[in-house]
Amino acid sequence: MTTTDRQRVTISASVDGKTVELPEGSSVLDACRSAGVGLPTLCYGPTMTPASACRVCVVELEGSRALIPSCSRELEEGMEIRTGTDRAEHSRRLVLELLGSASELDRSEEQLAGWMTMAGARSERFGPPAVEAPRQPPSPGHHGSPELAAAATVYEPAKVEDELYVRDYSRCILCYRCVDACGVEHQNTFAIAVAGRGFDSRISTEFDFALPDSACVYCGNCIAVCPTGALVGKIEYDMREQGAWDESSQEITRTVCSYCGVGCNLDLHTQDNRIVKVTSPHDHDVTLGNLCIKGRFGWSYVGSGVDG
Amino acid sequence: MFGAGGGTSSYQEIEDTDLIIMWGSNAREAHPIFFHHVLKGVHNGARMFAVDPRRTSSAQWADVWLGIDVGSDIAVANAVGREIITRGMYDEEFIREATEGFDAYAETVESYTLDRAEEISGVPGEAIRQLAHEYGRAEKAQICWTLGITEHHNATDNVLALINLALLTGHVGRYGSGLVPVRGQNNVQGGGDMGALPNKLPGFQDVEDAESRSKFEKVWGSQIPAKEGKHISLMHEAMDEGTLRALFVLGENPLQSEADSTEMERRLRSLDFIVVQDIFLTATAELADVVLPAAGWAEAEGTYTSSERRVQRVRKALDPPGEALDDIELLSRIARAFGHDWPTPTAEQAWDEMRALSPLHGGMSYARLEELGGLRWPCPTEDHPGSLFLHGRLWDRPVSGGRAPFSSVEYAAPVDELTEEFPMRLTTGRRLDSYNTGVQSGRYESPRRIHGVLDLSPEDGVALGVSEGDQVRVSSRRGSLTAPVRFDRSLRPGLAFMAVHFPDDTDVNVLTVDAWDPKSGTAEFKATAIRVEALA
Repeated sequence: MTTTDRQRVTISASVDGKTVELPEGSSVLDACRSAGVGLPTLCYGPTMTPASACRVCVVELEGSRALIPSCSRELEEGMEIRTGTDRAEHSRRLVLELLGSASELDRSEEQLAGWMTMAGARSERFGPPAVEAPRQPPSPGHHGSPELAAAATVYEPAKVEDELYVRDYSRCILCYRCVDACGVEHQNTFAIAVAGRGFDSRISTEFDFALPDSACVYCGNCIAVCPTGALVGKIEYDMREQGAWDESSQEITRTVCSYCGVGCNLDLHTQDNRIVKVTSPHDHDVTLGNLCIKGRFGWSYVGSGVDG
Repeated sequence: MFGAGGGTSSYQEIEDTDLIIMWGSNAREAHPIFFHHVLKGVHNGARMFAVDPRRTSSAQWADVWLGIDVGSDIAVANAVGREIITRGMYDEEFIREATEGFDAYAETVESYTLDRAEEISGVPGEAIRQLAHEYGRAEKAQICWTLGITEHHNATDNVLALINLALLTGHVGRYGSGLVPVRGQNNVQGGGDMGALPNKLPGFQDVEDAESRSKFEKVWGSQIPAKEGKHISLMHEAMDEGTLRALFVLGENPLQSEADSTEMERRLRSLDFIVVQDIFLTATAELADVVLPAAGWAEAEGTYTSSERRVQRVRKALDPPGEALDDIELLSRIARAFGHDWPTPTAEQAWDEMRALSPLHGGMSYARLEELGGLRWPCPTEDHPGSLFLHGRLWDRPVSGGRAPFSSVEYAAPVDELTEEFPMRLTTGRRLDSYNTGVQSGRYESPRRIHGVLDLSPEDGVALGVSEGDQVRVSSRRGSLTAPVRFDRSLRPGLAFMAVHFPDDTDVNVLTVDAWDPKSGTAEFKATAIRVEALA
């Protein structure tokens, strides 16, 4: 009865000399992964159209002048892909090093550290981070001469404007995931965009309003896709700052939201018999990882009888 | 619909449909993740109509907004039906083979001309015509509704008027075409599935059917009353007559959630005995003789059923506080106190007993629910994949299992009339960050919270000589309250709105009317006649 089943066509290609066969519509990244090649990804999210922003997944394609971003390039019949050429490895390493020198990545998705090691990325070779000098508001056309002894960073104080979100843009790598999740990919609220140019680029609300005064509806669907911990729930942020955040002691329980009747799946992250964070599984077809303000943040009534 | 009470379609279908009609539903705020699927449909090229008195954040996504007067839905739906018939856009083959009662229906809607519907509803006839033509011509179309349709004195008729449109055009029982009531509460669908209805046993089996009863009686080892019970509005009447003297309330806050709360308080106080089983000491619990502390969400195992008939597992993540106990444990202990030999079953044992008795749920073992991320009923056996949509049988030729009936329904104005004394229409609803009487949602700090206010159109604000933040007195035939004014451009002059979330500051149910639908028992929360006066 369903009209969604289409005839599947198989595409055949080679990755580092190894032949792979994947269904039509797969990406070059899928092909590399099926060949057992682990490429880093940052801006790529499985539920989103690739933004091709970060370039950490680039590979060599026979016949192509430039390196190609593997996450966004659709696999074509007969493609010859090479992941381990000097040019591809150098490019991936340099991008990781530059991101690591400009942004704080110690709260990133856990694979990142492994990718850094695998690529041999050494961000420290650009000098110690100039952390104590928050960057100035953008002044177009007027860049001071770079301080060569220290690495320029995107450091700015964390924006703590309410009890739900923290925007800690010192960790931002401008991967566009939050912008796309807030926009046409998922939430369609369009509360944030990239403002500015070059090194002054940053994620901003309209007119740089504080979040409570912006169009934000506090769904937290940007938090759900942020790969570096720049966008984070306030409870998690506070616990991390206090050194109380302990993922190894946390349990994750899959359940269903207690509010409306849509049936969003929730993963309750608990530590010491308290909920400390709520997420939704990216691979569940009801939510694709998305929630509304009530689902993501409205659970503090649970156990509120204990601590008042 | 046509037997089992559940939406016909699954969420994925709205992404692939051609026309979406949101009728009395502000899903953007009340069901945000369902609206994600709607927006996928819109981005995939579906056209969208919104039928709503307010130009809500959902309606702002629509190609066409039909801003109807509160309670005029049937006039518009019947005019849509008439237009489809007059223009020959109905599915003649489907009507002939799979439905009954078309002739009577056609006769009923004959008087609902576009002009008459325009006069009743305030919607330009041209917009109604456009909706009719697009619905009639669409290959696939979905009508979605929520409480804007059902919180009326003629709720059931409203729903039937929409079902008629689907039968007329064959927009049901096919992938991408259907009727979608989006459920307001996590498990209101599951409650109905499990027989928490006065006339149904689990799996929508009739209480008054002797064969169904005997099946349950054998397993339960007790006799089930042969006559259907009372829905909530009939219970209110029985309390007034003095025939209902004791109340056992599980996880409800009727003192604040029912219409006409002054009347409700009098009623509750007149009872001999009230037990409240809840996770909080709610306003209703304060009136109770006995309060049983229950384990809450995230503190107990079980299942919920969503608006797409999907049963999903609910799991325990935390130990309940203090002496609170799981509902199953509490109910088993009460049974034992009555002298019955009831061991306390696990949630899975209780579920397995139920699915052995309900063919809709027969194939839904906990193991399968776990593995498949939920299953949609009907799912009769453990090798059944569950059902994306209902009523595919209507496309079998000859049709299997009985024809779907048209229902002839007439427009009836809201009970609470607009007069010179009470000239404005007040309607109620939810806001994005809050939920029902606020028992749960009031406990987190939302930066988006709009506390108890009266929303008015800026035009009415000018006419009343009030600015935003000014206190006004709002009166209905039943009571009055004071609230600050907030201007909302989604409202037209003459229409006011209040959220239901702040009964402790602004108890909108002091104003609402408890006129109720005799078929469903739902009260008319959505249509109150009010007067607004500036307070100097």
